[in-house]
Amino acid sequence: MSVAGTNGRALPWALVTPALAWTLLFFVLPFIAMGLSSLTAHEGGALTLANYSQFFTNPSYWRAMVNSLEVTATVTVISIVLAYPFAWILAEQVPERWQRLALMLAVLPFWTSYVVRSYSWLLVLAQNGVINRALTSAGLIAEPLQLANTRLATVTGFVHFFVMLLTLTIFANLKQLSPSYRKAAADLGAGPVRTFLHVVLPLTLPGIMVGAFLTVVLCIGDYITPQILGGNNELVMPQLVMMQIGRRGDFPLASALSIILMAVVTVAYLACARWLKIERA
Amino acid sequence: MRAAVRLAAWLYAIAVYGFIFLPVVVLILFSLQATSFPIPPFTGPSLRWYQAVLSDARLTSALVNSLLVAVLSSLACVTLGFLSAWGFARFALPGSALLRGLITLPLTVSYLIIGMGLLVLFNWAGVPKSLIAAGVGHVVINLPLCFAIIYSQMGDHQINIERAARDLGAPEWKVLLMITVPVMAPAIFAGFFLSMTFSWDEFVISFLLTRFETTLPVEIWNLLRSGLNPKTNAVGSLVFAVSIVLVVLFELTLLRRKTA
Repeated sequence: MSVAGTNGRALPWALVTPALAWTLLFFVLPFIAMGLSSLTAHEGGALTLANYSQFFTNPSYWRAMVNSLEVTATVTVISIVLAYPFAWILAEQVPERWQRLALMLAVLPFWTSYVVRSYSWLLVLAQNGVINRALTSAGLIAEPLQLANTRLATVTGFVHFFVMLLTLTIFANLKQLSPSYRKAAADLGAGPVRTFLHVVLPLTLPGIMVGAFLTVVLCIGDYITPQILGGNNELVMPQLVMMQIGRRGDFPLASALSIILMAVVTVAYLACARWLKIERA
Repeated sequence: MRAAVRLAAWLYAIAVYGFIFLPVVVLILFSLQATSFPIPPFTGPSLRWYQAVLSDARLTSALVNSLLVAVLSSLACVTLGFLSAWGFARFALPGSALLRGLITLPLTVSYLIIGMGLLVLFNWAGVPKSLIAAGVGHVVINLPLCFAIIYSQMGDHQINIERAARDLGAPEWKVLLMITVPVMAPAIFAGFFLSMTFSWDEFVISFLLTRFETTLPVEIWNLLRSGLNPKTNAVGSLVFAVSIVLVVLFELTLLRRKTA
């Protein structure tokens, strides 16, 4: 489908080269630099695998990865369970002409900074915050509960964000389903529950998987939410990475930890790859 | 049975909306607090903390920095994204799928790692930390989005309009500027506003790549060290308001495309 006219092959390359060059220069090259850095010693710069072996031998580093995986898995599962019925209600129960507004409202706080969103949850969960005040004045508790600076707070902050994201992807998927599938199932004698389990749910799996993949990538790589809401009681990988840079200026170790984190995300990507395609309309 | 399902659905939806809006309502409500702590009981309404934000030179200059970085990086994103989308959609290039994959690859990597990589590279190359460095990082994260949005909207029906213009003797640059850009305007604007939103809200790349002059989310982060403070509520509410404006603009450009 060449429509190049008189310019031959030069024009198309001139069009795509700037974006490719940008990606190579500021995405691929930094990644190579990070890879090289991860193989050097912090002191002296000699070639070494010590930064990687530290991860496997230092129990606190290992622990951070386990924490990251546990938090990410918990968040992903809770978010899907909460978001699916919500998306279904928006797509099936809300009248057609209100759906756009209902969806826009449902994801409004999605569009704010991680920093602001996490701070807002801190206001809710703090020692003298909204929840503790409400429970105390209702006489349900005598002493304020420790809600902030816990894993519960981190998970709450994350679930809040990812419920919105998954609602978007699942809603979009539900709206694409042709009603004829359900009619066919009903004609063949399936009740609403069977229709849902055997027809609707499998057909909305792509929406769930796209949302779940985004959740895993964004959740496991986020520094802000665990830092603001979880505090320093138990560290996750991004906190560990930032700590190497901030406190010790140890770029090689931070690089090695980043690459290990990225390897984990790559596994998640490969697991979901067939659902993640950008196609031309 | 049906009525019970409906009732349960409504209650569930209200509970989820409540969960989604709880922190936002608390943030905005206590930004109007008259006293010095953003915790119950509510003592406002008062605008004193908004005045405090607007008279804080660090915050106002960070706000201007954030807008500058967002606008300039988004302009770069849509320019690079549009040109490459056009190139890939209109011409059969060898290795096209692989190269498109390369452009969208940064979408699968977390901001922290992109920021780390640039920090190591710039550190090694002797590039000092600056707003420009952060802007470069913002282009890295948003270029794949702009490319994907614009590329996905390059339908085959537009090829015919371009071909007609060429047949009538228009040179390639004229086809691009007078046919393709106007036809693709909704996708270009959608990409622009989405990039603006993500750049405006972005924290970790700016945190790693700037030093003295920085963006608003990083300044808010610095404010957090002083604990809960209604001033932080006020500046947070302002940040949120700007994001909403950008998202509404994004939605409107998408809507226009659908009705067009």
